[in-house]
Amino acid sequence: MPTFSQDNRILVLGIGNILWADEGFGVRAVEEFHRRYAVPGNVTILDGGTQGLYLVNYLEEADRMIVFDAIDYGLEPGQLKLVRDDEVPRFTGAKKMSLHQTGFQEVISAADLLGRCPKHLVLIGCQPLDLEDWGGPLTPPVREQISPAIDLACEILAEWDVTVSRRSAPLAQSERLLANDINHANYEMRPA
Amino acid sequence: MGIQTPNGFNLDNSGKRIVVDPVTRIEGHMRVEVNVDADNVIRNAVSTGTMWRGIEVILKNRDPRDAWAFTERICGVCTGTHALTSVRAVENALGITIPENANSIRNLMQLALQVHDHVVHFYHLHALDWVDVVSALSADPRATSTLAQSISSWPLSSPGYFKDLQTRLKKFVESGQLGPFKNGYWGSKAYKLPPEANLMAVAHYLEALDFQKEIVKIHTIFGGKNPHPNWLVGGVPCPINVDGTGAVGAINMERLNLISSIIDRIIEFNEMVYLPDVAAIGSFYKDWLYGGGISGQSVLAYGDVPEHANDYSAKNLKLPRGAIINGNLSEVLPVDHANPDEIQEFVVHSWYKYPDETKGLHPWDGVTEPNYVLGPNAKGTKTAIEQLDEGGKYSWIKAPRWNGHAMEVGPLARWVVGYAQNKAEFKDPVDKFLKDLNLPMSALFSTLGRTAARALESVWAGRQMRYFQDKLIANIKAGDSSTANVDKWKPESWPKEAKGFGFTEAPRGALAHWIKIKETKIDNYQCVVPTTWNGSPRDPKGNIGAFEASLMNTPMVNPEQPLEILRTIHSFDPCLACSTHVMSPDGQELAKVKVR
Repeated sequence: MPTFSQDNRILVLGIGNILWADEGFGVRAVEEFHRRYAVPGNVTILDGGTQGLYLVNYLEEADRMIVFDAIDYGLEPGQLKLVRDDEVPRFTGAKKMSLHQTGFQEVISAADLLGRCPKHLVLIGCQPLDLEDWGGPLTPPVREQISPAIDLACEILAEWDVTVSRRSAPLAQSERLLANDINHANYEMRPA
Repeated sequence: MGIQTPNGFNLDNSGKRIVVDPVTRIEGHMRVEVNVDADNVIRNAVSTGTMWRGIEVILKNRDPRDAWAFTERICGVCTGTHALTSVRAVENALGITIPENANSIRNLMQLALQVHDHVVHFYHLHALDWVDVVSALSADPRATSTLAQSISSWPLSSPGYFKDLQTRLKKFVESGQLGPFKNGYWGSKAYKLPPEANLMAVAHYLEALDFQKEIVKIHTIFGGKNPHPNWLVGGVPCPINVDGTGAVGAINMERLNLISSIIDRIIEFNEMVYLPDVAAIGSFYKDWLYGGGISGQSVLAYGDVPEHANDYSAKNLKLPRGAIINGNLSEVLPVDHANPDEIQEFVVHSWYKYPDETKGLHPWDGVTEPNYVLGPNAKGTKTAIEQLDEGGKYSWIKAPRWNGHAMEVGPLARWVVGYAQNKAEFKDPVDKFLKDLNLPMSALFSTLGRTAARALESVWAGRQMRYFQDKLIANIKAGDSSTANVDKWKPESWPKEAKGFGFTEAPRGALAHWIKIKETKIDNYQCVVPTTWNGSPRDPKGNIGAFEASLMNTPMVNPEQPLEILRTIHSFDPCLACSTHVMSPDGQELAKVKVR
């Protein structure tokens, strides 16, 4: 394993529940980010699902973190919002509107309590339209924000001196973040 | 006054109504309403999951071999358990057997999940119902050290260690960012620990937070990745290559040794920190033995952790299987998942529609058609309920019953069944725990007993991990490296129609999936999860479920601070994420308590 300078281990995380329509935004965004880009060895890409405290150790091992998530800011559906550092826990806790929300705020404070929270946090949030459609797909306004959200993440990474490169060949199915029919395209072919 | 339920509770809803919504520090969202009498004793309890599940809608017409990947996403905590239950259901339906190594590896993963969940549950979701964090700030570190050393030889126990910890905690609290410690009723008289015990517990809260991440490495090794490990119908997806060096995904000696060292640490933490802490905390709450509910009369365990592969009969399962009713511990009844009359789900008080709601449906024939209507005596509106009417429909959770009985499931249920079967590995630790605290057997049937059973089970699970790890290595050394059976992998080899079930003991209780397969695709899929059992609403006969029963007759110090309700509900380790689904996106912001 190569070693990296102590302050530039980066975690790119997506959280949310793919089974609940727009709740899946964070996971779908990180899935697509991973499909599109190859990243250097100091960057970890993670589908965090709704794992809550299980994610603490990933935070502990990162100096900087970007997290994709569906968050209710009371904006227009599909509107993106970028939040940094101290604002991140405040925003994830401002309005409890989904199951993992309280969970993730606790993950941040747990890492903080252990004295090993990433020094820089960036939340790329998307305003959901529908969270009630069990088994439903991302709604169009949210799906359309996956690409812009990924572009934002790339800008942040560039700020942090990380260069990502577009994959020249498509990623093999076995290499993708989500498999077994729950990858984005297959999942949304929901039988009537 | 009041209504007598068939399962022995006298419900009186004439007193002051208290609403706790949501109950915090659980996975998912639930709401509890109780009525207290003039002495603030709970005389009626109503528990509701304000969410809705319907995994069958998503799974219909999918490939059964992929079902585990979907069910793994239902819940943020039981991922592996749902996946295991799912592959077992498909194997049961199609008659697929798995190799002995796969059985050992699945047991190791399942036991690792048990320990992980129990440790995280106790320290991070439940301890704060017993431990007053703010009180820890006034503890004497020297006296804390003396206390810690009197209960365990765990090395992290010097006065300096506790002093540093206290300083860190003080800084954290003073920063105004209480984080995981917010929403506490600090200073309440319902807390009974001295400051030193509180400080020790907070120290172990942090140690457990640090330690839990070691446990999940087992899932990363066997499951290929975490937090969503891979599973496989017919075995496990990791090949074994003991002589291999670093081949991606393959299990070699180096990885097996890493797992062994993690198991050693699990055993050590369970026995030197977790169990002593529960006993120490329990010693201050010996006069608070509320919360037993129906645990002393009706408990259900499906059993799990097969000794040998492919035999799911009670005698082959190391975690006990069986049902006890009417408090008759001298008879453990057999359980049959395929019997249409045994396990049935009722919806007369649930927000679903059945053709005939006086009758229950076996999960193979289960339907999930929403019907969101409030009872005539409910207050508020459908989008802002002020008070539920338990006379009508009032929960998104169905009411499963076993031969018509409301049953408690979970660690306490498993240990009561094991105790009743007279198995020394369950009976002896229970007897010792009670004896050390000088408590009678009846004390087991309480909130404290439920919390203790979980700790005892974590100890048990750690030892079983050692057993199956040794068994796995011995089998590999004997020349068997098989981990998967692909004989019936191809759908062409399947019958036109098949049905089956799979069961496990999830950390929080008995879990089963029922599947129907038609023309190689999923035709119906139903999960009955532990919290559906424990959190169920009333049934057509009026029996109350385990959560509701557990709150009955508990005195509250201050109804505005429902610490006693949280303590008892948390002792079940409720997980609403899988029993239910979000109802209203703009509903609840933070915990609120209403007294009416």
